[in-house]
Amino acid sequence: MVQDAFGNPQRLVVLGGSSDIARAIAVRLCRERARTVVLAGRREPLLDDAAAELREAGATSVVTVKFDAGEPSRAARTIDECLEAAGGPVDLVILAVGALGDQALDEDDAARALEVVNATYTWPVAALSALRGRLVAQGTGRILVLSSVAGVRVRRANYLYGGAKAGLDATCVGMAESLRGTGVALQILRPGFVRSKMTAGRPDAPFATDVDAVAEVAIAGLSSAQPVLWSPPLLRYVFFVLGLVPQAIWRRLPG
Amino acid sequence: MSSLTGWGRTQPSIATVVTPANEHDVLDILARATKGVIARGLGRSYGDAAQVAGGTVIDGLGLGGIGPIDEATGEVTVGAGTSLDALLSISVPKGWFIAVSPGTRQVTVGGAIAADVHGKNHHRDGAFCEHVRSLRLVTPTGAMTVGPTDEPDVFWGTAGAMGLTGIVTEATLRLLPIETDRLVVDTDRCRDLDALMAAMATGDEDHRYSVAWVDCMATGARLGRAVLTRGNHACRVDLDATAQLREPAPSRSGLLRVPWVAPKGLLNRVSIRAFNEAWFRRAPRHRRDELVSLGAFFHPLDFVTDWNLLYGPRGVVQYQLAVPDTGGDTVRRAIELLATSGVPSFLAVLKRFGPSDPGFLSFPIEGWTLALDMPVGPAQLPGVLDRLDELVVADGGRVYLAKDARLDPRHLPAMYPRLDELASLRARLDPRGVLTSDLARRLGV
Repeated sequence: MVQDAFGNPQRLVVLGGSSDIARAIAVRLCRERARTVVLAGRREPLLDDAAAELREAGATSVVTVKFDAGEPSRAARTIDECLEAAGGPVDLVILAVGALGDQALDEDDAARALEVVNATYTWPVAALSALRGRLVAQGTGRILVLSSVAGVRVRRANYLYGGAKAGLDATCVGMAESLRGTGVALQILRPGFVRSKMTAGRPDAPFATDVDAVAEVAIAGLSSAQPVLWSPPLLRYVFFVLGLVPQAIWRRLPG
Repeated sequence: MSSLTGWGRTQPSIATVVTPANEHDVLDILARATKGVIARGLGRSYGDAAQVAGGTVIDGLGLGGIGPIDEATGEVTVGAGTSLDALLSISVPKGWFIAVSPGTRQVTVGGAIAADVHGKNHHRDGAFCEHVRSLRLVTPTGAMTVGPTDEPDVFWGTAGAMGLTGIVTEATLRLLPIETDRLVVDTDRCRDLDALMAAMATGDEDHRYSVAWVDCMATGARLGRAVLTRGNHACRVDLDATAQLREPAPSRSGLLRVPWVAPKGLLNRVSIRAFNEAWFRRAPRHRRDELVSLGAFFHPLDFVTDWNLLYGPRGVVQYQLAVPDTGGDTVRRAIELLATSGVPSFLAVLKRFGPSDPGFLSFPIEGWTLALDMPVGPAQLPGVLDRLDELVVADGGRVYLAKDARLDPRHLPAMYPRLDELASLRARLDPRGVLTSDLARRLGV
């Protein structure tokens, strides 16, 4: 199986299968040509729930794989399990693993800080490193990595999560370059504040968006060669400007 | 490792490309392969038929060579990597034309067999493989020479099977005798689709060649307006006495070349509509017995090398459907759907097909065939093509795999009911399942 002329994948692996955004993207892909999906995640009831929705959307085979992003040393094994479960060349891997944590509790607690960084940076980087060679050997494939604007310019309010995303994002920019000419492409999706279960209970930040809008941006982006996707797309320009703002002003901005 | 795409430039994938010089090399490649092998000629299939991600692509162009033309029978043995262009440049001056000529001369004989290509004369003469006397097929289990009467299941299993039964290294073709390098051509402008289809259904039998170019962007009363071109080979008596056979023009490299990939959106609704309008207006209302060169009649697009680059970085998809005669209404609905959906489409090609040949995966079925070129980009395009599939399947029709880059695999068994026969043949010839392509993987063949 391979993707078609419009970039629609047929065989899909979702790392972080219970993520609202990843699930919304996967549902849309199953309504097109995706038939085989491997959902990997931590919370089995959520995975089963997502699997049922994907079957309804058109998937004929959905397999769930359990993993814990707190154990980066096992990431390579999880990748092996997922590719095995896919049963053939994988067209698209969505990486949507991360932990927002609770900055106030985490920032003076080494163990808690490590949890945020492991889930948001270390596990994803280990997984991508295990995945890279496997996809290059296929000669085709795409990786979509969920980054965040939180990593584009780190804020005091969530610097552990933001810093980890900044690391992941930068690593992925480099990895995308390393994949040029291999038939494999890596795209980075940078959503703004998304109303989802990850952010439940938090007040909206400026340019807040919802899961469906992010999924639409991802779907449109997957059929393009754009290396970085922003949602909402306007954030590309907003963050260009915000990048120039002095720290003294940045710290006073709302959100 | 090389990145390969089809003519539509839509789905690149990486493979190791090898150029065998003979049958032994091919056998060796197949014996050592573990990750998928497919043959490739001049890369004129629009989609992903001649590429295999992570595998080995056999560049067939090393398997060239053109034998002597038998002056009594018109038979010639050629290497599978021989282009029709190279063959014609030798055969035409000697008074022989290819029995079936697709829309470009830039295809190899191996590719023409793999797609069982058709031409403007399918209603009279059938598809390419009906004029192949024998072919040499190299499979993972050995090489064999097959023909319509010698191992017919292997021969017809190979015809149109997109290279999935083995690597064709050589073929013996029957050529068509011609007295001149000109055609006598009649041109008619048809104001709408009804007028066009009526003219084709009644008049095509009087012409060996017939093709209509349809403006798929005209709507309302002008829906399906077209220019119908029909012709026969000119005899010596049609020309003045000094006329002689020459190598067909234009020259093989093309007179014009597209130097770069065009910017995104160069071919859009406005520019394509303007082109279609101009092209319709410049055609004569009715013209009879015009003398036209072989190249201008059969291969007008060969005039511009790499014209696919005009479609920009996202590429082009072609959708070619065939429906039985009872499906004439599907042709109308397809053109209507396209005209009203706002998807820009260049001139579409409408032709009549005669009876099918026995190729397991050969495309033509008796009735109508419509081919549409569309730039990738408009958001509604994938959905429009999915709806076309539904119409085509409901009518007992099919789409052409040599053009396909996006068919929903669940429609394939209905479109090609002999897939099972191909599967058993491949299990026999290729028990390790070495031969595959991105197209085969995508469609689950």
